[in-house]
Amino acid sequence: MADPMKIRASAKDGITEVKVLMSHEMETGQRKDSSGNLVPAHFITELSAEHNGKQVLAAQFGTAVSKNPYLAFKFKGGAKGDKLAVSWMDNKGEKRTDEVAIN
Amino acid sequence: MRARLQAVLATAALVLAGSALAQDSTMDEIAKYREMLADGNPAELFELKGEALWKKARGPKNASLEQCDMGLGPGKLDGAYAQLPRYFPDTRKVMDVESRLVHCMVSLQGFKEEDVTRQWFSRPGKESDIEALVTYIGAKSNGMKIDVPARHPEEARMAKVGEYIFYRRSGPQDFSCSICHGQNDKRIRLQDLGNLTTQAGAGVAMSTWPSYRVSQGAMWTMQRRLIDCMRQARWPEPKYLSDSVIALQVYLQKNASGTVMQTPGIKR
Amino acid sequence: MNMQRREALKAGGGLGLFGLLAAAGLITPSQARAEWNKSAFDAKTIEETLKALGATGAQSSTDIQITAPDIAENGAVVPVGVVSALAGVEVIALLIEKNPNPLAASFTLPAGTEASVQTRVKMGQTSDVIAVVKVGGKFIMTKKEIKVTLGGCGG
Ligand code: HEC
Repeated sequence: MADPMKIRASAKDGITEVKVLMSHEMETGQRKDSSGNLVPAHFITELSAEHNGKQVLAAQFGTAVSKNPYLAFKFKGGAKGDKLAVSWMDNKGEKRTDEVAIN
Repeated sequence: MRARLQAVLATAALVLAGSALAQDSTMDEIAKYREMLADGNPAELFELKGEALWKKARGPKNASLEQCDMGLGPGKLDGAYAQLPRYFPDTRKVMDVESRLVHCMVSLQGFKEEDVTRQWFSRPGKESDIEALVTYIGAKSNGMKIDVPARHPEEARMAKVGEYIFYRRSGPQDFSCSICHGQNDKRIRLQDLGNLTTQAGAGVAMSTWPSYRVSQGAMWTMQRRLIDCMRQARWPEPKYLSDSVIALQVYLQKNASGTVMQTPGIKR
Repeated sequence: MNMQRREALKAGGGLGLFGLLAAAGLITPSQARAEWNKSAFDAKTIEETLKALGATGAQSSTDIQITAPDIAENGAVVPVGVVSALAGVEVIALLIEKNPNPLAASFTLPAGTEASVQTRVKMGQTSDVIAVVKVGGKFIMTKKEIKVTLGGCGG
């Protein structure tokens, strides 16, 4: 199973700032392994973030997003203790959801 | 690779010959780049993973590492990394964070040493538990001062050995660590090479490990850093956890003592 | 997260992430977005990419800023942000002109989400980075060159 994400969400002056790190190889499909074979592409394709169940961001990634992807964004609203969940899915159908309380 | 190394060595020679490069604006932009990466260091992912590995019952003895003594008593991790390497009476050896960790995995969890060290560093698609665990242990010293006075006779001896290795010229290029790291304001391409013989230089270098290497997309431990520098110096590569690598760490940590740890780091 | 949701997430193989989240009750179906835009991510030129995004003819604009260093020490990880003070930004797409497939990522911003996203991308070489923004149903764009110094050896 995929390793956990690291999510930080902090509310200040009516704006919640979210920073997410995801654990993922983000293989481009263009790299060769030590025996010269192409390593198949393996990358996160879609991401969604929800604040108390309401979507606050949707994203689509290509292979050019760096390994162990980082994403930061801001939305209006959000209070300390509210739930913020982030989900991703990759091109092999693997997925991961993590949730934190906004602080 | 070889041609590339030659080129670097040639560049190194140039830089070491003292050509001051007018690259200040470039360096400013690089500083900006590094700053942008520091917020959201992927090392935090390894820290999380390391914490889970530390607490999970694993191995033939189905035990966690929570009773592992990193020098401050069983399970006491806060500040432990900043005081390593140190002498351990139970093994009668000076050990660094990695050799002590492996010792715990063997003695507490019942793993075989060759099994736990096989993947001592990661490769694409092959994660290393050791890297994650060292990141977690290191992070427990973030904000603390490096404190390796090397007062115990065995520690003092290792510091001397480390110093000797640091200055000793050997290998086909007749290189020593001090050629690259023994003077102020040296640079290879855009990489500043700190003077590891001073507290300031050693402090900058030692306080930011383990580090996420952007170029590799991987965590590097100090063992890996030093073994790779030995390879760069074209020395025979020592085995993982070798005394020579631990001795260099005692010497460098002693020089760096007093510097506040900022770990995990992030580097090119 | 409760078990039911977890099960639904596990079960929803072919639904795509948003169908899945909708099925799990995490988002309402009306929030579920389009599938991964394969033709846009597979496009090989800026023109093709813009076309696949429905953004052909996007006007260059000073209302968008790209926040990134002028020089990246390593092309494997280049921090890039896009911000705009414009209200009602719906989509932000990030393109790297000289990459084999220019489109790196695209973000859909529901109402209430600020026009400010940051991520990190791979760049094969020095290139223009282009931000394409959809606001009020129209597309606008801006660009910034980022130099990549692929720092060679030094292990
Ligand atoms: C050919 C020149 C060369 C030699 C010889 C060399 N190194 Fe290095 N060393 C480097 C380079 C290049 C780096 C990476 C700098 C960078 O990427 O920022 C480095 C990095 C380091 C670092 C980490 C510094 C930091 O700021 O994080 C340490 C510690 C170090 N070397 C120790 C040693 C030791 C000990 C030796 C002798 C065994 C040695 N090096 C030999 C070139 C060299």
